[in-house]
Amino acid sequence: MSLSGMRGLSVFISDVRNCRNKEQERLRVDKELGNIRTRFKNEKGLSPYEKKKYVWKMLYIYMLGYDVDFGHMEAVSLISAPKYPEKQVGYIVTSCLLNENHDFLRLAINAVRNDIIGRNETFQCLALTLVGNIGGREFAESLAPDVQKLLLSSSCRPLVRKKAALCLLRLFRKNSDVVNVDGWSDRMAQLLDERDLGVLTSSMSLFVALVANNHEAYSSCLPKCVKILERLARNQDVPQEYTYYGIPSPWLQVKTMRALQYFPTVEDPTTRRALFEVLQRILMGTDVVKNVNKNNASHAVLFEALALVMHLDSEKEMMSQCVALLGKFIAVREPNIRYLGLENMTRMLMVTDVHEIIKRHQAQIITSLKDPDISIRRRSLDLLYGMCDVTNAKDIVEELLQYLATADFAMREELALKAAILAEKFAPDLSWYVDVILQLIDKAGDFVSDDIWFRVVQFVTNNEDLQPYAALKAREYLDKPAIHETMVKVSAYLLGEYSHLLARRPGCSPKEIFSLIHEKLPTVSTPTISILLTTYAKILMHSQPPDPELQNQIWAVYSKYESCIDAEIQQRAVEYFALSRKGEALMDILAEMPKFPERQSSLIKKAEDTDADTAELSAIKLRTQQQASTALVVTDQRPSNGAPQASQLAMVMIPTTNDTDHTPPVDQPLTESNGALTVVDPQPSGDILGDLLSPLAIDESRSVHDVGSNDALALAPIEDQESTVKPIGDIAERFHALCLKDSGVLYEDPYIQIGIKAEWRNHQGRLVLFLGNKNTGPLDSVQAVVLPPSHLRVEISLVPEIIPPRAQVQCPLEIVNLRPSRDVAVLDFSYKFGTQLVNNRLRLPAVLNKFFTPIQVTAEEFFPQWRSLSGPPLKLQEVVRGVRPMPLGEMANLFNTLRLMVCPGLDPNAFNLVASTTFYSESTRAMLCLVRIETDPADRTQLRMTVASADPTLTFELKEFIKEHLVNIPTPAKPLPPQQPQPPPIATSDPGALLAGLL
Amino acid sequence: MIQFVLLISRQGKVRLTKWYSPYSQKERSKVIRELSGMILTRGPKLCNFVEWKGFKVVYKRYASLYFCMCVNQEDNELEILEIIHHFVEILDRYFGSVCELDLIFNFHKAYYILDEVLIAGELQESSKKTVSRLVSAQDSLVEAVKEETNSISNIIAQATKKRCINFKMSIC
Repeated sequence: MSLSGMRGLSVFISDVRNCRNKEQERLRVDKELGNIRTRFKNEKGLSPYEKKKYVWKMLYIYMLGYDVDFGHMEAVSLISAPKYPEKQVGYIVTSCLLNENHDFLRLAINAVRNDIIGRNETFQCLALTLVGNIGGREFAESLAPDVQKLLLSSSCRPLVRKKAALCLLRLFRKNSDVVNVDGWSDRMAQLLDERDLGVLTSSMSLFVALVANNHEAYSSCLPKCVKILERLARNQDVPQEYTYYGIPSPWLQVKTMRALQYFPTVEDPTTRRALFEVLQRILMGTDVVKNVNKNNASHAVLFEALALVMHLDSEKEMMSQCVALLGKFIAVREPNIRYLGLENMTRMLMVTDVHEIIKRHQAQIITSLKDPDISIRRRSLDLLYGMCDVTNAKDIVEELLQYLATADFAMREELALKAAILAEKFAPDLSWYVDVILQLIDKAGDFVSDDIWFRVVQFVTNNEDLQPYAALKAREYLDKPAIHETMVKVSAYLLGEYSHLLARRPGCSPKEIFSLIHEKLPTVSTPTISILLTTYAKILMHSQPPDPELQNQIWAVYSKYESCIDAEIQQRAVEYFALSRKGEALMDILAEMPKFPERQSSLIKKAEDTDADTAELSAIKLRTQQQASTALVVTDQRPSNGAPQASQLAMVMIPTTNDTDHTPPVDQPLTESNGALTVVDPQPSGDILGDLLSPLAIDESRSVHDVGSNDALALAPIEDQESTVKPIGDIAERFHALCLKDSGVLYEDPYIQIGIKAEWRNHQGRLVLFLGNKNTGPLDSVQAVVLPPSHLRVEISLVPEIIPPRAQVQCPLEIVNLRPSRDVAVLDFSYKFGTQLVNNRLRLPAVLNKFFTPIQVTAEEFFPQWRSLSGPPLKLQEVVRGVRPMPLGEMANLFNTLRLMVCPGLDPNAFNLVASTTFYSESTRAMLCLVRIETDPADRTQLRMTVASADPTLTFELKEFIKEHLVNIPTPAKPLPPQQPQPPPIATSDPGALLAGLL
Repeated sequence: MIQFVLLISRQGKVRLTKWYSPYSQKERSKVIRELSGMILTRGPKLCNFVEWKGFKVVYKRYASLYFCMCVNQEDNELEILEIIHHFVEILDRYFGSVCELDLIFNFHKAYYILDEVLIAGELQESSKKTVSRLVSAQDSLVEAVKEETNSISNIIAQATKKRCINFKMSIC
């Protein structure tokens, strides 16, 4: 008897194992696949046992990494087998071979559903497991109610219910509408009273997902979570089998604390006290023990407790306990704990003011930068990056530079980028900044992207004091025997512009500089040659009176490249040659580069963008967010794009807000050649939204980052065209996004950001405007007036006339809806920055759908109502054309976000949608609205819409409102603002990306 | 949430894979290749976490086998590490000091057991006793059906075997 109980399978596995090489293995596998294929074709002759065996073989082959592109049907068909052994195999193999996107899975839905609603407990378990592991949207829509029933049923045994809980979690992740918030808060509270810890663990996972989605609805569950924690922490009534190495279910403890982190605070004092008592017990009572598993389990709990304390961020004393613990952890030998210590310290930086205490551990953290483990090195780098400020920037950046020489390739680019950003952000003086970047290029030229050297050139160009120093440094690097090409570029550029400032020094005559640079020419690539040609022209221009010998040398170079195959080089050679014969006029034409407009560092932008690749919670993001708002760091006072600003770093001396201002008045070809550097594209300002909306819960501030990603159904924005201050992002798009949700940014420009958070209740609403001054200077003459349409009563509280630097002002508005209308309230907003008056008219997202409360109606409620509202003006029908084509599911989602609740199953036709909602206004009171959409599967651009309510105006307005959201409205006539945020494409020249591709 | 579970031998052979997020066959092979390259080369005294494409892979080596679970960035790493150990202990209890060979020849059993421990990438049951009880209940269910149908299926099996042999011969 073989081990597996299936001889044929065991023989096959042994055969594969005995293969001496990959080739033999492939032959054996191919033979078997051929065999299985023939068997399946001849299906009638297969006994259930054989079918099972072959399906298992298929899975084994699949697991070895071979393509198995047939036999899915056989695996799926076993699901509907009547006997347990076959069914079990069918379920398991299907859930391994297929994923939620396979069409074959659709065939199984019915069989699976039959098992779920059937009476056989073991079948139920199999079905729930499959759906829980690979169920997709379709499963969610057709099975969710049945799964919910099982979870809540009192007659089901725990083994079924715990599976149902996780199965429902999967379905909820696929489509959050399957769990109706209204009914579920009570049910969830009930589930949290569960005695069986298996069911409770699964339910807690479900709860975490629900509460992450909407914590308000589940606030009644909060005390229950604390009770569970208390019970576990005190080890009361926990069966032995649920104790893991002496710890009462560590997993349940962790999950419960995770759930609590989704509630903004714990308000009830009794609950709060109880919770803090438990947390205190965990923080103080966790010791390091010998047994690895016990240690891990207790520290899993401890780290979760730390996270919860950080989240609650209230008890000063407890916070300092946490920091002390973390300080201990980052110094221990055990690598896991050290890793987590570093990780959590980085997280801690964002929640609270522990900077100073963490700085005390700087030496220890730097040691970890040299750890043999790359995971730990990464954490350490992130933490150093996060904790860096003006006081320690020099030390940290120098450590990073030192480490760069020996760092592994996987980390070099990140390291170089971070060092460059820190040097830029916290430079105590600018010459140090230049030193750092040049060292960076010297040590890790391959990993220094163009952005980095563009940036240093910008700084030098904009700061006259820095120019001689930078030129001297560049000159020094050129003396080195082998230098990186990037160094050639930056040196040549700097010397071209500023070498005349060094003229009196030995070895710095134009001729010497020229020959030094020209030495490098044979070794460099074409783009660099272009830069060198420009440099020569500049050198020539600076050597007045002209030195005939130098002139001849340079002219010789130009005539050599006149016939170059590269058009750019050729053009430059020809033009410079012609220009350089103009004598005195050359001085004007090749004058020094003008100052660059102030802009956000493209590096920081880049760091933000690459975040997704490295770490979601990476310190870079936190850092940029923090810096933008706290103004703790004096050097970080630069505005985020071209704004006049008296900066500590004296970056910009000429106020420029308009891009045309700084193009020198010269001939066309010159602008082109000067333009060698203008490839640094102006980046939109960083999203500092996270801070301006800081009163919001953390999870919300995360979600508002997608403001711009909503589809552009926007109407032309109402805004003052005369204003010279350009808004950041598309106002119309922002408005549109806010129509669909309740918090986000309404408006942003270089000086101010206006965020919104709204709450709506029946016919009333409360809307808070968050006016955030982004500058280091005050905004004055601030005025905000609301021009309400006749159907709204709006009261705005007083707006302070001055918004202090870096401050945020809240301005609440009370809104009452009098009757249905699609008109929009307008906020007339103006302020003064310096002498510049900025005035904007912004639409407020107090639109029709905000006064909806979604309601699910049953067939019994729907049809009588639908029939009673017969014909116009209460029931209006219209065929809408030019509809933005979208799948039905997407349309249903759109309706749901508009607070029109889609009621599945009411319309027998699968291409139709029925939705309902309650509209509230003072004149109509609560009024039920019903909508039916009949789509045409053959032509998605048209549909028939029927809208009904007991108020003719409401019916009409609602119909038009829906139409606006369905129809493809042409893009606004006004060109989109140039600074519209868009994800910059990953540069193909990015060495890191190339490297990643190679590896 | 656990995105997927991998069991890889020291030689890089896959012993079990379970995917809780939709990965195509191609992506699955790529992930396995990438991760084996990263994890199998790590030294013994390093931490059990590897950062990978915005995820974290928590792994632990037991004799010749690496148990890996890929989780989201914000998940609790130590919790996952102990889920791995919990799973190993259950395997151990079931097979009686489990070894790689047990898992090779009984890979289907390993799948049953895993399904009792995890669903939807979340821990389903933290009691080893309960899991063991459920798994042996399944085993006895399979056995019972086998005995019940033994007599009939034997006859059918015999008959079909003959036919198959005949079929094979005709191909030759």
